[in-house]
Amino acid sequence: MSKTKYSTDHEYVRLEGEVGMVGISIYAQEQLGDIVYVELPNVGVKLSKGDEVAVIESVKAASELYSPVSGEVIEVNEALNDDPALVNTDAQGNGWIYKVALSNISELDEMMDDAAYTDFTS
Amino acid sequence: MNMNSTGRPTRADKTSSSKNAEIKSAALLPDEPLLFEIGGYEHSGVDLFEVEINDEFLGGFERKTSLDLPGLSEPECLRHYVRLSRLNMSIDAGIYPLGSCTMKHNPRLNEKIARLAGFADIHPLQPVSSVQGALEMIDELALWLMELTNTSAVSMSPKAGAHGELCGMMAIKAALEAKGQGHRSIVLVPDSAHGTNPATAAFLGYKVRSIPANKNGVVDVEAVIAALDDDVAAIMLTNPNTCGLFEPDVIKIADAVHDAGGYFYCDGANFNAIMGLVCPGDLGIDAMHINLHKTFSTPHGGGGPGAGPVVLSKALAPFAPVPFVKKSGSDLSLIEHVNDSDSFGRLTAFHGQIGMFTRSLAFMLSHGKDGITQVAYDAVLNANYVRVRLQKVFSLAFGDQACMHEVLFDDSFLKGTGVSTLDFAKAMIDEGFHPMTMYFPLVVSGAMLIEPTESESKKTLDYFCDKMLELANDAIAGNVDRFKQAPKYAPLARLDETLAARQPKLKWTKS
Repeated sequence: MSKTKYSTDHEYVRLEGEVGMVGISIYAQEQLGDIVYVELPNVGVKLSKGDEVAVIESVKAASELYSPVSGEVIEVNEALNDDPALVNTDAQGNGWIYKVALSNISELDEMMDDAAYTDFTS
Repeated sequence: MNMNSTGRPTRADKTSSSKNAEIKSAALLPDEPLLFEIGGYEHSGVDLFEVEINDEFLGGFERKTSLDLPGLSEPECLRHYVRLSRLNMSIDAGIYPLGSCTMKHNPRLNEKIARLAGFADIHPLQPVSSVQGALEMIDELALWLMELTNTSAVSMSPKAGAHGELCGMMAIKAALEAKGQGHRSIVLVPDSAHGTNPATAAFLGYKVRSIPANKNGVVDVEAVIAALDDDVAAIMLTNPNTCGLFEPDVIKIADAVHDAGGYFYCDGANFNAIMGLVCPGDLGIDAMHINLHKTFSTPHGGGGPGAGPVVLSKALAPFAPVPFVKKSGSDLSLIEHVNDSDSFGRLTAFHGQIGMFTRSLAFMLSHGKDGITQVAYDAVLNANYVRVRLQKVFSLAFGDQACMHEVLFDDSFLKGTGVSTLDFAKAMIDEGFHPMTMYFPLVVSGAMLIEPTESESKKTLDYFCDKMLELANDAIAGNVDRFKQAPKYAPLARLDETLAARQPKLKWTKS
């Protein structure tokens, strides 16, 4: 079973083996409103935790996405180029933003689990 | 992720249509086509001769296809623009209480002075001996700006407030490099700052470190001190801030930043609230831009470009850019080049926007020292009048306290009504008002930032407040349709902003 962890900046990481799938939470997309554009990172970029990795533009504002974990970007969700609304309709599924090969898996320990995040956002 | 704490609904209500046929009248609310759709070759008033072109001289770039420019008669063209102008909301047509942006009346006296041939009909490249009067006017304005701010130098060349920020921050960068402190890479920006502040810092390659506001809506001085280290180049503070509040700890903040070896950039956008009363130089600022439209009544945007002069402290004065006016006796010259100086160089080709300078100086001279102080008093008084009248129903963002030149409400009074700040703003259009600034500053949920300016009479303010209270009471009473379907009486009804952003139509294509 995959496990999902959340940052205080509303990104999530879903762990599948050594690979983390990163996006913004359902709560975050609700707050941002209709997403109109997602600027994806380049595959191969090496990230440190907290690095600015993508930009999400909603009708309201442009928001930076900070990488919640360190590692190398191995895949990006190209489908968002044509349909950024996937982040609204399925933020934690088909609306994922990039996949990262984690270089420090223990970073996940500092992140919130489902229950803690629900608590955090209520 | 860095994001706003409140969502803004943007999807048009499904029940409303983008055009309201019942309201629309062909005479009063024209559905104006593009020039390309009005004109055509057969309409053109001019027959151009066939020209022999030697394509060799053009390097093979001779146009082979039609230009597709519309041909129109002069009245057709004129009427198009006049009709478009009638679809516009402007400060000359109604109250425009746009907080943070300051839409204030442009006195007609300014316009008369700006049209004098000695200012209006000169060229930047004509001999300096023939524009002595214009240079004297710029020099006089520079003197007033330094006097009002108690600073040592002013650069007149920036073409807008944000450009002024860039100029001031470039001076700071140059000063740090001159001191061997070029490694400093962080700029502190409070989250109540103008959005251009972090953008300016980032443009110069600085990393932005955000400073939170405290529960009273002002910068937390302890948070500033905690964020200071020998990597901090500067702080960029807006004072009064975008919550409409004066920063009470501004001197403490300035001292702390200076002690840490950094500089203090002040965003002077809201100088209109304190001019003649507080000299920013006395607060310890090193650089501050002044938006002439906000404070000295020039048209917003200046008719393109605007003007955002930057005053500089003694520490930064040597780094000011060229060109600048130099006065020796009665002779004025324009210094275009400086050798062996610390000047960071040149920011713009020419010396600022003279049309804005003339209007600003006309405003200053027609008001005088006492009048300028009164402008600040009246701007603050009007904002507080609106605050006191509206706070009975509207919810103040930071509790019952006096504000400066603008008053900030949040959306808690709309909670449970189904009406959002956006809906409320759209309904204001139907009442004949330009909406206030909304969803900014970001630190407040569903922000409504109202700046009435000093220009409005008590009668106008009362009318505005009556209508605002009526709307608020209507929302609370559950009359949601009025809001969800608004605007009904504008040239275009409720638009689908999401669709417009996802599938923007940015160019006209011939059908």
